[in-house]
Amino acid sequence: MTVWIEGFLVVFMITSLWLLGSARLLSCIAAVSVQGVLLAALPLLIGIDAPPWRLFLQAGVSLGLKGIAFPLLLLRAVRSVDARREMEPLVGYSLSLIVGVALLAGSLAAGTRLSLPAQGMPALLVPSAMFTTLTGLFVIVGRRSAIVQALGYLAMENGIAAFGLALAEQEPLLVEMGTLLDAFMAVFVMGITIFHINREFDHIETDRLSSLKDAPE
Amino acid sequence: MSETLRAVIQLLAALLLAPVLLGIVNRVKAVFAGRRGSPLLQAWYDVAKLLGKSAVYSRTTGWVFKAGPVVGLSAMILCVALLPWTGAPTLLAFDGDLVLLVGLLALARFVTIAAALDTGSAFEGMGASREAWFSSLGEPALLVGLASLARIRGSLSIAGVFAGSVDLAAPGGARFVSGPAAFGGAGAVFGGASSAFSGAVMILAAVALFIVFLAENARIPVDDPATHLELTMIHEVMVLDHGGVDLAYIQYGASLKLWVLGGLVVSLLAPRTGSWYLDVAVSLAGLAVVAAATGVVESIMARLRLVRVPQLLVAALAMSALGLCLALVGGPGGQLALTAGGTP
Repeated sequence: MTVWIEGFLVVFMITSLWLLGSARLLSCIAAVSVQGVLLAALPLLIGIDAPPWRLFLQAGVSLGLKGIAFPLLLLRAVRSVDARREMEPLVGYSLSLIVGVALLAGSLAAGTRLSLPAQGMPALLVPSAMFTTLTGLFVIVGRRSAIVQALGYLAMENGIAAFGLALAEQEPLLVEMGTLLDAFMAVFVMGITIFHINREFDHIETDRLSSLKDAPE
Repeated sequence: MSETLRAVIQLLAALLLAPVLLGIVNRVKAVFAGRRGSPLLQAWYDVAKLLGKSAVYSRTTGWVFKAGPVVGLSAMILCVALLPWTGAPTLLAFDGDLVLLVGLLALARFVTIAAALDTGSAFEGMGASREAWFSSLGEPALLVGLASLARIRGSLSIAGVFAGSVDLAAPGGARFVSGPAAFGGAGAVFGGASSAFSGAVMILAAVALFIVFLAENARIPVDDPATHLELTMIHEVMVLDHGGVDLAYIQYGASLKLWVLGGLVVSLLAPRTGSWYLDVAVSLAGLAVVAAATGVVESIMARLRLVRVPQLLVAALAMSALGLCLALVGGPGGQLALTAGGTP
C-alpha cells in the first residue's frame, strides 16, 4: 500500500512540472485540477487516524472545489477574456522546467530531513508538498498572465494543504474548511478581477498594471 | 545452450530483425490511414536495392562525407552488440558500458552531422544544426535516465541495469517486474540492489526513454520521416546527398538505431521469466508493441512546431531528473537512506 502512495505522490509532483512546462492556458488549468483531484484523494489513502465521515467530507468538499469548481471558474475567465496561451512569460517554459527540477531536488533534499510529529506518513509527502508550494510561488513570479498567476496561487494552496495533511491529526476540521472557503473566495474574486482588468485594459498582464498611477493633479 | 551461442544468436537476430520494426511502424500507420501498406520486409528490400547501386559523390565533398555512413553504421552495430535485449549476456560487456552506448549514439550522430556539413549545402547545414540542437537536449535526458536506473539497480553495466539482474539463472519463480508489480515487488525482485522508489523510477525512466526514442529516431512529434518539406525536415535533410551503398548503410543504421533505443525501453519493462526462450518471445513481442505504439503516435499526433520540440525534450529531461532525485533519496538498500517523516 505505501508503495502505491509513493507512486501517487510522484504523479502529484509531475502535475506541478506539467504546470511549469505547458504554454496553453487550458493545459495549465487541467494540470492544476488534476492536482486538486489527487490532493482530494490523498487523505483517504494515507490512513489518517480520524473518523471516516470526516475524511470523506474533507475529500468530497476538496474534490468539489479544487477538482471541479475552480477549474470551471478559471475556464470561464479564460473564455471571457478570450486568451488561449500565455504570450510572453518572464521565464521561458524550458527554463521553467529546469528551475522546477532544481526546486524538486531542493525539496527532496530538505523535505526528507524534516521530522514530523505524525508517525507513519509517506516519505514523499513533505517533499512533494514543499515542491508544489515552491512551484506555485515560481509561477506567480515568473508569468505575466493573471490567469496563470491565479493557477500558481492554487498550486501553492494545494501544496500547503498537502503539507497540512502531514499534520492532519492536529488540524481541526473547521480550519480545513476555512482554508478551502478562503481559497474559493480568492479564486472567485480573481476570476472577476481578471475579467475587469481585461475589459479595462484589453490585456491581463499584471506587470503592466504596476505602471498605473493616479492622474497628476 | 552455451552463453556464447546465446549471445551470438541475440546479436544476429537483432541485425536481421531490426528493419522489420520499421516495417511494423509503417504497417500500423498504413492501417490507420486505411491503406494496405508496404510489406513488413520493405526496409530490407530498399537496402538490397540500394546496395546494388553505386554511390555518386559531388566534387565539393571530401573523405568526411564518405566516412559518415561507414562510421555511423559501425557505431550502430556496436550498440546492438552491447544491448542484451533478450536478457542473455552480450558478447561485449564491461562495467560502465552504459556510457559507451550513449557515446556510440553520439558518435553516429556526429559523423552524420559532419557528413551533412561536408556537402556544403545550406539546406543540409540547416538540418545538421537542428539535429545538434535537439540531441544536445535529448542526450542529457537519456544519460540522466540511465543514471537513475544505474542507481536503483546498483550497477553501471547495461547487463546489470537492463537484464533484470545478473543472476538471471535464478531457478523457478517468474520475475515479473513491470506494471503494478513493479511498484509493489520491486524491492523483492531485485534483491539487495534496489531503492524504495524503484517502480516509480523505472516508469519515469521508461517515459523519458520513449520520448528520447521518438526524438532520436526522427519520429513524430519531433520530426516527420515522411515529409520532404524544407522548413521542417531534420534527419531526412541531412542524408539527401547520400546515394547508393552509402544510403543503404544509413537506412540500415537508422533501423538499427530504432532497434537499440526501442530495445532499451523493452528491456526495462519486459518481465524476465527465467526461461531464455520465453524471454526472447516476450522481448520480441515487446519490441513489436513499441513499434506499433510508435505507429499509433505518428498516426494520431501532429508534428510539434520546431520551437516546441526542445520543450518536449526538456520535459523528458525533467522526468529523468525526477527519477534520479527519487533514486538518490531512496538509496540502494531498499530502505530510505534518510529517514523521512516521524523520526522519533
